[in-house]
Amino acid sequence: MRSSVIIFPGSNCDRDMDVALKKFGFKNQMVWHNDQSIPKSDLIVLPGGFSYGDYLRCGSIASKSKIIKSVIDFANSGGLVLGICNGFQILTETGLLKGILQQNKFLNFICSNVFIKVKDKQNKYFKDLKKDILELHIAHNEGNYFCSDDELKSLEDNNQIAVTYCGEDGVENESTNPNGAIKNIAGIFNKNKNVLGMMPHPERMIDKYLSGEDGSLFFENILDNFK
Amino acid sequence: MEVTEAVAIDHGLKKEEFSKICELLKRTPNLTELAIFSAMWNEHCSYKSSRKHLKKMHTKGKQVIQGPGENAGVIDIGDDDAIVFKIESHNHPSFIEPYQGAATGVGGIMRDVFTMGARPIANLNSIHFGSPQHKKTRNLLRGVVKGIGGYGNCIGVPTIAGQTTFDESYNGNILVNAMTLGLVNKNKIFYSKAAGLDKPVIYVGSKTGRDGIHGASMASATFDDKIEEKKPTVQVGDPFTEKLLLEACLELMADNSIIAIQDMGAAGLTSSSVEMASKGNLGIELNLSEVPCREEKMTPYEIMLSESQERMLIVLEKGKEEHAKKIFDKWNLDFAVIGKTTDTKKIELIFDNKKVAEIPIDLLAENAPIYDRSWKKTKLPQKLKFDKDEFKSLKLSDCLKKILSNSNISDKKWIWDQYDHTVMGDTIQKPGGDSGVVRVHGTNKAVAASVDSSALYCFSHPLTGGKQIVCESYRNLISVGAKPIAITNCLNFGNPEKEKNMGEFVECVEGITEASKYLDFPVVSGNVSFYNETKDKGIKPTPTIGGVGLISDYQQMLTMDFKTDGNLVYVIGKTDGHLDQSIFARELLNEKKGPPPTVNLFNEKNIGETVLDLSRKSLIVSCHDVSLGGILTALSKMCIKGKRGIKINSLKGLTNKYEYFFGEDQARYIVEIPKASLKKVNDILNKYSVHFDELGTVYGQSIVYKDDINLPIEELADAHTYWLKKYMDS
Repeated sequence: MRSSVIIFPGSNCDRDMDVALKKFGFKNQMVWHNDQSIPKSDLIVLPGGFSYGDYLRCGSIASKSKIIKSVIDFANSGGLVLGICNGFQILTETGLLKGILQQNKFLNFICSNVFIKVKDKQNKYFKDLKKDILELHIAHNEGNYFCSDDELKSLEDNNQIAVTYCGEDGVENESTNPNGAIKNIAGIFNKNKNVLGMMPHPERMIDKYLSGEDGSLFFENILDNFK
Repeated sequence: MEVTEAVAIDHGLKKEEFSKICELLKRTPNLTELAIFSAMWNEHCSYKSSRKHLKKMHTKGKQVIQGPGENAGVIDIGDDDAIVFKIESHNHPSFIEPYQGAATGVGGIMRDVFTMGARPIANLNSIHFGSPQHKKTRNLLRGVVKGIGGYGNCIGVPTIAGQTTFDESYNGNILVNAMTLGLVNKNKIFYSKAAGLDKPVIYVGSKTGRDGIHGASMASATFDDKIEEKKPTVQVGDPFTEKLLLEACLELMADNSIIAIQDMGAAGLTSSSVEMASKGNLGIELNLSEVPCREEKMTPYEIMLSESQERMLIVLEKGKEEHAKKIFDKWNLDFAVIGKTTDTKKIELIFDNKKVAEIPIDLLAENAPIYDRSWKKTKLPQKLKFDKDEFKSLKLSDCLKKILSNSNISDKKWIWDQYDHTVMGDTIQKPGGDSGVVRVHGTNKAVAASVDSSALYCFSHPLTGGKQIVCESYRNLISVGAKPIAITNCLNFGNPEKEKNMGEFVECVEGITEASKYLDFPVVSGNVSFYNETKDKGIKPTPTIGGVGLISDYQQMLTMDFKTDGNLVYVIGKTDGHLDQSIFARELLNEKKGPPPTVNLFNEKNIGETVLDLSRKSLIVSCHDVSLGGILTALSKMCIKGKRGIKINSLKGLTNKYEYFFGEDQARYIVEIPKASLKKVNDILNKYSVHFDELGTVYGQSIVYKDDINLPIEELADAHTYWLKKYMDS
């Protein structure tokens, strides 16, 4: 499976993503934000970081960068686009995903392990995933997902809520919500479920010496579903 | 403006220093020249009070590639890999403007490291605040933590460990010390020594603004009532630009274009250009009209003194300008050829086609004043005679809970949750352990780092305190299974013009030197911060040690959490029960006098090597050094982290349980031993002839000692974990 990771000025999880993708057998390449086009890919990843310093609004300048038209075209033609953390923020700014990511409820940056519940398995990311609850890692200041009532209803009606924050036992409530996101939302899909944006970082959880290794399941599953 | 003695004094120079300048120049300097002298001759840049004593430090060792004197120290960790590291203070700016002060402290130290060609792989910090009851403490803490996080998180370098303390002596002078470790190929290290004539001098990075002017002089003076007026001297950081600068510099460093490179830190363009020329024994000519400026009509004076952040000065190979410019254009950074190296051995400044300053370099560097300040020895205080009957009214379990929630012992998760500690995907020991540990990417090696200081011990007896912190750093590295290699130090003291403060400095340095020599744990970099004093009230002497060690196979790394019920727990090293200067004495007896615990360097080394041997042979499964709060505090942390309890043995021949459990004797480690390894462990302990006590057995969910203690881990965790969060929320 061929993947491309886009590097924006200020991206800082690009290398981590490259390492993770290659570890699980993706043929990954790095693409610079000023390039005109993206090499032939089966998956495009927008990595975490602080693209363009997150000035103006997180992800907003990146959503107007030169490369982004190719990303949108790729997504609209059904290609898999994954945005992690800042990548999720960029995807909402492009309009490929609904809603926005506000500052965390307690106004602090949070770096911590979290549990997330996989809400929908009818898609190329999570189909046949071995677990329903994954332990992943978050590191963000603006991960508090919000959208209008209408948007929320349509997300729910179309099963576009991808993952939610929960406890180890799967309980979703205020105490298991690290940043105040509406309905504990940690990640969402577009309507066709080829575009996934989520705050947690699977690429930081890929071997047992790190904070955990549930990230491995995530990457392996994408590959399995592609075969 | 005419330069007079009064103007010189306004610039922080002393009367005698001004006369010396006139004498050396054989004329009165103009204002720009005066500014350059004031920037180079202040304490912060010249080390004029400390240099005499710093020379005595132990700075050499088998693994030392570069000792003090460069942007940072460098050590060899095998296979052509080297670690570049340094700690630096940003105390004065952080007290005036906590967010920006702390943020630019982190930015500055990271630049020091990547200037040498290394990619930063870990950040640490040691931060010290006034009493929790002081009205400024909460906001200063919040601002500093946000500033450190705001900068480090954006760059994408994990913050892997730190230290936070509270003490009323920091009420008017908080301390913010930031440390960075970088990884470099040992054959591709870049230095700041210029070489060759007529080589282009390049300015890269952010534009120059009026921020930070006089920053270095501000850091060389004490505070008074008017500190708010100093706010404009605090620099403003832009981590995004630094991230671009980091990537651009590393890209340019991949080939052979750079002759020398130096970041513009304290005293900006002045100190970077003078230092590069001085080290190369060359002259330098700068055309200030070519310096990219952020504001209009900046004068040579302002350009030379600006401390705008995220800027670098590079001496390039001739003909490489276009190639270098392309890289900086790609990263959207300013790039300007602003001068050249010369054979005049002078710094010459041109502005608007006129020469505006001309000073022989040696007057600024080698001829800078050195003071042999008078100092006073601190006598070892007499050991206290505690009234042990008084202890009897204290319940052990109450004492323990009180100590665990003490501001200086309690868990600092509230702080490090705000630092990205997992980015780069190699953090294998997070903050909260004895040391932070990151893997050397793509290898089996890992690097451990820790920051330590013991202001109470250093205040009580500076010589002992100086030794003790080096030992504590040594232990913290060994506790995670790392072989200690070298240290960096940040020497935070009061006003060196006072005999007492100067004496504290001299004796702490002596202690550090003695211990680092004995333990073969050399000092490779550091900085000195004097004048941490407000309205005559100085801080307690607070030298901070940043230690770095190597784990050759990261799978052998140790953590402190108890692992398995039934495993045995030993305390290695002898417990005499030294309570003077302990948290127990302070918190429960309100007793602040007495000497710090004695440091026995032979024991430190022997016991340290014993524990390292045990860990190399994988005979122990958890380890934690015993420090502040004594054995019971250390055990509690191991229980809380492991979510497991311990059944403590009835200890034979115990003279006094309070002394035993809360005494802060040095050179001790607690280790967890699987039953199967017990014989081998005992053999090794006997081989090294070290004292050990069989403390107990990992068991259940409570910490139990005879009828005295029976505390569920959850209750301990509550006392230990939530103090800071509750404090910040209140």
